[in-house]
Amino acid sequence: MNPQRMPFGYLVLLALLLVAPAVIYPVLIMKVMCFAVFACAFNLLLGYTGLLSFGHAAFLGGAAYLTAHALKVWEVPTLLGLALGTLGAAALGWVVGSLAIRRQGIYFAMSTLALSQLMYFLFLKSPFTGGEDGLQGVPRGSLFGFDLTSDTHLYYLVLAVAVGAFWLIHRTINSPFGQILKAIRENEPRAISLGYDVDRYKLLAFVLSAGVSGLAGALKALVFSFATLSDAHWHTSGEVVLMTLLGGVGTVLGPVVGAAVIVILQNELADKVGSLVTVIMGFIFAACVMAFRRGMVGELIALYRRMIGEKVQ
Amino acid sequence: MHEFFGVPLPALLGQLTLGLVNGSFYAMLSLGLAVIFGMLHIINFSHGACYMMGAMFTWMALEYLGLGYWWALLLVPLVVGGIGIVLERLLLRRLYRFDYLYALLLTFGLALMIEGGFRQAFGVAGQPYAIPEALAGAFDLGFMMLPRYRAWVIVVSLSVCLFTWYMIEKTRLGAYLRAATENPGLTQAFGINVPLMVMLTYGFGVGLAGLAGVLAAPTAQVGPLMGSNLIIVVFAVVVIGGMGSILGSVITGLGLGVIEGLTKVIYPEASAVVVFVIMAVVLWFRPAGLFGKGA
Repeated sequence: MNPQRMPFGYLVLLALLLVAPAVIYPVLIMKVMCFAVFACAFNLLLGYTGLLSFGHAAFLGGAAYLTAHALKVWEVPTLLGLALGTLGAAALGWVVGSLAIRRQGIYFAMSTLALSQLMYFLFLKSPFTGGEDGLQGVPRGSLFGFDLTSDTHLYYLVLAVAVGAFWLIHRTINSPFGQILKAIRENEPRAISLGYDVDRYKLLAFVLSAGVSGLAGALKALVFSFATLSDAHWHTSGEVVLMTLLGGVGTVLGPVVGAAVIVILQNELADKVGSLVTVIMGFIFAACVMAFRRGMVGELIALYRRMIGEKVQ
Repeated sequence: MHEFFGVPLPALLGQLTLGLVNGSFYAMLSLGLAVIFGMLHIINFSHGACYMMGAMFTWMALEYLGLGYWWALLLVPLVVGGIGIVLERLLLRRLYRFDYLYALLLTFGLALMIEGGFRQAFGVAGQPYAIPEALAGAFDLGFMMLPRYRAWVIVVSLSVCLFTWYMIEKTRLGAYLRAATENPGLTQAFGINVPLMVMLTYGFGVGLAGLAGVLAAPTAQVGPLMGSNLIIVVFAVVVIGGMGSILGSVITGLGLGVIEGLTKVIYPEASAVVVFVIMAVVLWFRPAGLFGKGA
């Protein structure tokens, strides 16, 4: 994967996505895109800042609720609904992040998990989320005169937003800000000694990641016309870790590939194996960790580098 | 009739002992996590699944083998600990030289597999498990009735925690263990088999979770999902107390159990989240945790 050739690869992928709904059920691709955005946002933290958050479901689920509520009860335009969900998740990310970044490593992971469980209970008990039933029948609305109840129209909106989110993450990673994040990942004390306010950078990365995760949740609420508790459940936090790990932690396209594989796999298996799905997910987790730590895209990059004779660590 | 916060005294004391029972489970589980963390520097995400296995095995031993509570109390922690040892030898051991997060993710994957497997086999519904005859009934303390089984759970888990503390802090084996925690290479150079100690430590920590599961079987519905929600609360307990001190994790566990129990009386809606809220407050004002030395 020569960096110079990447834009061409992206264009091919984009072209494929533009024609895909003619061949594949658009709702499935939209689901993949939502989770791809979610996993990319998560990867910004894990892959580029070295922070393992086990509570990202709170942002996905929280934004889904907020967007669903805004569209259904407040009857706001679709784009405003998406924006509200995203901003709400970013604000929640600011609160959770400010608390969690006070601890490092394992404690950070445990704090984020516990804080997201706190949010889960709040969602379960709050009147505006509809408790166990969730919010159903969320109107998709319309945009520029296009009726979004049509899956095809919605598909192109979701595609545009997903591409925008991907571009944002990509730009962030390759910006000076992204370089500082990587420096923190590699060696936090060194970044501190160079004079960087590490906590501020971590918090900013956390808020950005939470906001984009929220965007994914808002899109998901729009695609499926409902928001439920399962989006905020810790299983979902685990899933996004798995997607990122399977695709390749710290690679740009890895989370997209991982999200596609996991969503399609779950879609295929859901009716056939029942609760064995959890076992299979757990097995993929263990297999990735034991034998496959670079992930699919990471292994491909390593293979390519070996082929051109570069040394791989 | 005496009242506190408008709550009759017996109800308050009832919730207090129930809180102590829950606190005993928190204490045993966070103690196991702390012992494992001290030696292996990993957080065992499958701890809740091991607790669940402890309870499920207890139920299965009675259902399929006709082995009662006392046999389970003896055997199940050994079986769960044995499973832990096998997992450590076959899988975890290969990950120590990598970033801590891989071991965390592996144990998370294992937890999903264990939980999913039991769910597939037994469904999600809980099974009742009767309190053993010798522990049924209640002590009449005059001002309240104390169910014998609650007293038993509190006494057993406190004894186990004290025993663990004594073993690690006061015995020769414990001294080896602490030495191996501090400097594994040097300890090994003195002729102590550190990998063996790591393996046994993991087995012991996981066995503690299994024991907690056995003790929990008669107090709750025994089912595949009983571990996962509990372990998240225990993680919060660990963040609050820090894993640096053994007595610290025991005290934090018990204390939070009591606070949770009292919350059930005073403001029931908040009882599910009170531990998380306390964690957030502690993170804000004392990020290193109550007993922690540095982050």
